[in-house]
Amino acid sequence: MSILVFVESAEGQIKKTSLEAVAYAHALGSPVTAIALGAVDQGALEALGKYGAQKVLHASDARLNEGVIQAYTSVLVKAMQDENADILVLANSSLGTPVAARVAIKTGASLATNVTDLPETSSGFVVKRSIYTGKAFAKVELKNQKKVIALKKNAAEAKEVGSNVTVTPYAVTLSDADFAVKILSSEKATGEVLLPEANIVVSGGRGMKGAEHWGILEELAKTLHAATGCSKPVSDMGWRPHHEHVGQTGVKVAPQLYIAVGISGAIQHLAGVNSSKYIVVINKDADAPFFKAADYGIVGDAFDVVPKLTEALKAAK
Amino acid sequence: MKILVCITHVPDTTSKINFTDNNTKFDPTGVQFIIGPYDDYALARAIEIKEANAGTTVTVLNVGTADTEPTIRKALAIGADDAVRVNAEPTDSLFVATQIAEHAKSVGYDLILMGRESIDYNSGVVHGIVGELLGMPSVSPVMKLDIEGTKAKLAREIEGGKEYVEVSLPFVAGCQEPIAEWKIPNMRGIMSARTKPLKVVEPKAVDSGVKLQQFELPPPKGAVKMIAADNVAELVSLLKNEAKVI
Ligand SMILES: Cc1cc2nc3c(=O)[nH]c(=O)nc-3n(C[C@H](O)[C@H](O)[C@H](O)COP(=O)(O)OP(=O)(O)OC[C@H]3O[C@@H](n4cnc5c(N)ncnc54)[C@H](O)[C@@H]3O)c2cc1C
Ligand SMILES: Cc1cc2nc3c(=O)[nH]c(=O)nc-3n(C[C@H](O)[C@H](O)[C@H](O)COP(=O)(O)OP(=O)(O)OC[C@H]3O[C@@H](n4cnc5c(N)ncnc54)[C@H](O)[C@@H]3O)c2cc1C
Repeated sequence: MSILVFVESAEGQIKKTSLEAVAYAHALGSPVTAIALGAVDQGALEALGKYGAQKVLHASDARLNEGVIQAYTSVLVKAMQDENADILVLANSSLGTPVAARVAIKTGASLATNVTDLPETSSGFVVKRSIYTGKAFAKVELKNQKKVIALKKNAAEAKEVGSNVTVTPYAVTLSDADFAVKILSSEKATGEVLLPEANIVVSGGRGMKGAEHWGILEELAKTLHAATGCSKPVSDMGWRPHHEHVGQTGVKVAPQLYIAVGISGAIQHLAGVNSSKYIVVINKDADAPFFKAADYGIVGDAFDVVPKLTEALKAAK
Repeated sequence: MKILVCITHVPDTTSKINFTDNNTKFDPTGVQFIIGPYDDYALARAIEIKEANAGTTVTVLNVGTADTEPTIRKALAIGADDAVRVNAEPTDSLFVATQIAEHAKSVGYDLILMGRESIDYNSGVVHGIVGELLGMPSVSPVMKLDIEGTKAKLAREIEGGKEYVEVSLPFVAGCQEPIAEWKIPNMRGIMSARTKPLKVVEPKAVDSGVKLQQFELPPPKGAVKMIAADNVAELVSLLKNEAKVI
């Protein structure tokens, strides 16, 4: 028996959340096989060994360079058979979650997404998952022998436990039906820290007063190597792209540090940030509800405080 | 064209979440229930497509107990033509998806729209499972959906951007903003919703692979530490030495 881990990449590098998935599988105890699909840097694949993979498969078929849900499903179902894997672990994402759903049905597996912790196995295989948009957790038993587990960010810590492994090419057979959804084109931010992956997020709200004022937040983000996020009205008004919108109806982030500037802290916004380890709130209104959810707060004008904070961070480096 | 929209009946986004019976039951006391916000986007887009294409019908489906009927009526008031309620407690994603797939098989829809995820269990999987059960493609999360004859062009959100895809009907889509603007029922909609057909059907048994054991609430948040606006150096020091996050 082995555990299969589907790892995703961005710009040739393995995503941090996928390294966490490898670490999670490693902690489960059985031999871990990681599989990557499409174009990925060879060095990044070899390094998966360091995080706990005994074996790395690479399906480099160019048709898999883009994340086609059904094609990825077919490859992973076959790989589970070939590797005699009862468990598939992957990171929740716009690709990983729908793929997990389809693989679970094809393999008759118990399925859990948004999993936040290693399982308890004293009686049955019980995982904890985040529900009600981070406002609660549910412990669910996965009863079938086969299991598909999709992880929320930070479910396990990616740390080095081994050394590089050689990568085995993995041949795939794909049918036309696997490509029923045809990807025509894509627009992707490059060279930026991806919001769902980021350790630090700098987020702005309506208090920033306009798209033209985002420079000070970008400067702060750059200093911290952080991703930028925003509240819903900010993306609704087109000040920032939609994929930066954080909250109940947007991206749910789980960084080490979330810095909210000029955001009031409506419950729907908090739903997207309540898994952050630390929250800093900068708001000119001392009664802004966000302060109740914060670890550190500054009452002040963003246009005054943010540049000063950036300077202080640069000075402290 | 026949469109099916699957809706959840979920606590309003401002609800405080509590549990009873030794943390094994959701406590609905004081909770207002709504159509899931993502499902509401799916419904709004379905109504837009119906308005632009004569002869299109929109059916809404919910897997739930009789308590969900006011939520279903609201979807009818927004403009759906008829509704189906599968009479059961929605216990897990596979159970729900199986009921949706069974109904869809009996009718034969051109398009099955859902939300990208429910806001109670947040699984984000029912569209994928229904797609798999029906042998149809599924696409999620969808930000834009245009029907062009027997095909559709969609925009799907991906981390850090979006992807434009094409797919033939029929298929399943999990929707999110900005696919359409939420619609508010008007008086005429509310009046006509009372007499629109709402069919209740019994569920099919499903051998589910998951079992809920217990709920848990996160630990309460500690008090906020306030720092003077003219002393940002202190914040830097706290982040460095106390939180150890920079
Ligand atoms: C179903 C539903 C889903 C929703 N989903 C989301 C979601 O996913 N994400 C989301 O964000 N919202 C969501 N919302 C909207 C949410 O309710 C709030 O309206 C929204 O979060 C408010 O955004 P904001 O904090 O940027 O703006 P505001 O509430 O207008 O707050 C602006 C803040 O900026 C402060 N400010 C002003 N000037 C300055 C200055 N110079 N310096 C410092 N501070 C300043 C003000 O004191 C104020 O606190 C949803 C709403 C509904 C009904
Ligand atoms: C009283 C109660 C008890 C529950 N007990 C359990 C339990 O024991 N174990 C467990 O796993 N879950 C349980 N649930 C969760 C509930 O079953 C979920 O609503 C269901 O699993 C589907 O949610 P999801 O997160 O999987 O949907 P997602 O995959 O996130 O939903 C995607 C989309 O599917 C559609 N959809 C989802 N649910 C329905 C529905 N019921 N009717 C119509 N369309 C729908 C919607 O369009 C939705 O936007 C319980 C819920 C309630 C209210």
